[in-house]
Amino acid sequence: MLTCKQASQLICQSLDHPLSWYELMQLRLHLMMCGACNRFRKQLNILLIGLCKIRTNIENDSAIQLPLDAKTRIVEKIKSDQHAQ
Amino acid sequence: MSNNVNDWLNEHGDYLYRFALARLKDTHQAEDAVQETMLAAIKNNSFEGDSSIRTWLTGILKHKIIDMQRKLIREQPVSDIIDLDAVNESMDDFFDKTGHWLDKPQSFDMPDHALEQSQFLSVLDACMQKLPKKLKAIFMLRDVHEMENENICKELDITPTNAWVMLYRARMGLRKCLEMNWVKG
Repeated sequence: MLTCKQASQLICQSLDHPLSWYELMQLRLHLMMCGACNRFRKQLNILLIGLCKIRTNIENDSAIQLPLDAKTRIVEKIKSDQHAQ
Repeated sequence: MSNNVNDWLNEHGDYLYRFALARLKDTHQAEDAVQETMLAAIKNNSFEGDSSIRTWLTGILKHKIIDMQRKLIREQPVSDIIDLDAVNESMDDFFDKTGHWLDKPQSFDMPDHALEQSQFLSVLDACMQKLPKKLKAIFMLRDVHEMENENICKELDITPTNAWVMLYRARMGLRKCLEMNWVKG
């Protein structure tokens, strides 16, 4: 029977690679009986969904624009690089 | 060629900048990443007609962002590595000797309401900023850049076990931080 510590490690690993059949069975058995580890698994999922939302919120925020001075600097940098060649 | 860059910047500059900012979380670094992308795009103009210009530029940008992240990790001061050792030693913070939770995880949900959700997300963001730098970097590579584990190990020159321990610690720390700062009662 897995301890909560072992179960939490398997739950975490399952985010990165598929578990073996045996690991999966052990984890399922543990999760059937352990509310705390079920909540832990849900917390991890919410965490990853949250990170994804933070990322897409920035990506879709049309108010965030490449600053004009940065644009100018990039163009200048490329011009000077081409002259140097 | 610089005409190209002008067009690219006008059409895709804002998109590329936001893409970089969402991953690097730093305006100067994001500007640098866009600049590096433009330089690389001009230098080896490998664009082939079977993808859109934006997809092509974004592909270059992804590599540049990971390069920058890797450089940041390599440049970490020694004190931060000591920090990591301390973190590893406290592996057992969350469990007692018999492997039971010291503090049982509490239940929380992603809020549906827009205002509440944005508060939740800013707590999460703040929690991430509080992670030790090296943990944060590996966490960013895996969970934010969605880079494969084996590639992270290759990039950072660490063993898979180390990578796994660091990721486990980072995720455990983050959820604890969320619990403490979000689920107050």
